[in-house]
Amino acid sequence: VKFGVVRFPGTCDDIDALRAARRVGEASLLWHADHDLSGIDAVIVPGGFSYGDYLRAGAIARFAPVMAEVERFARHGGLVLGICNGFQVLCEAGLLPGALLPNTTLRFVCRQVSLEVVNADTAWTRECAVGERLSIPAKHTTGRYYAPDPVLDELEEGGQVVLRYAAGHNFNGSARDIAGVCNAAGNVVGLMPHPEHAVDPLTGSVDGLKLFLSAARVPVA
Amino acid sequence: VTRVRVLIRPKAGILDPQGQAVERALPALGFEGVANVHVGRLVELDVPDPARVPEMCEALLANPLIEEYSIERPDVDRPHQDAGRMPPGGNQS
Repeated sequence: VKFGVVRFPGTCDDIDALRAARRVGEASLLWHADHDLSGIDAVIVPGGFSYGDYLRAGAIARFAPVMAEVERFARHGGLVLGICNGFQVLCEAGLLPGALLPNTTLRFVCRQVSLEVVNADTAWTRECAVGERLSIPAKHTTGRYYAPDPVLDELEEGGQVVLRYAAGHNFNGSARDIAGVCNAAGNVVGLMPHPEHAVDPLTGSVDGLKLFLSAARVPVA
Repeated sequence: VTRVRVLIRPKAGILDPQGQAVERALPALGFEGVANVHVGRLVELDVPDPARVPEMCEALLANPLIEEYSIERPDVDRPHQDAGRMPPGGNQS
């Protein structure tokens, strides 16, 4: 599987995402001004501060030329993973439901969190088991997942809640402890914590690798 | 060209920790009884066609899921409001 990692001006986790993807497949960078995805099989929109996060996190990146291609790719069933700022971008683009608001503490928080896998049928979590705990770092100021209550009910009923913060780990005030969601088809997943920073025993956990492995093992159409 | 101001605020009912922080800070300075403080954003623009501003708000300036916005045209709606900011002797619209 060939992963494409999107780099906007202000992206900062692209290299870690590339390294993580290369542990399970091939990977190359996609530039924000690109007009094609150069034959990749899966897109990763990584973390950082795209376009300085001006206006709202992800609001401007959503209109980058490469995002038009990512949207088309996603709507045709292509695999897309949004991490942190990438999750914010996918929500702003309407590829994922909901929005990310400032942490209730208004503080930037960087810590290892424990996540519970809720849906192990998505393209990015099929190497996990339902109920499994993943230890993955999170680092953000704007990570409070929000959607109106009726939408949250729909997400829960439709299996679109993919990951939750384990008890005591919801540090940002996310609605219903939601850490990651997917679209209705399950090919697009977004999460605030950083699986690409948890792929090497050197940094304490390799649990994040499971997300990349999941996508790598999806049969390529 | 028309001067336009877009005021963007958190939607009613959405937890606004910034507003709460400001609300809690005011009594410490002796300003008692202040309630319902919300912190939003102001975007000022000169636009060729003010009729298109709502479209801009929906597409980019606000996120309608979490924010509401109001549009003001200071020169048209409240012509005297900005008198203090005009250059000396200037009264152009």
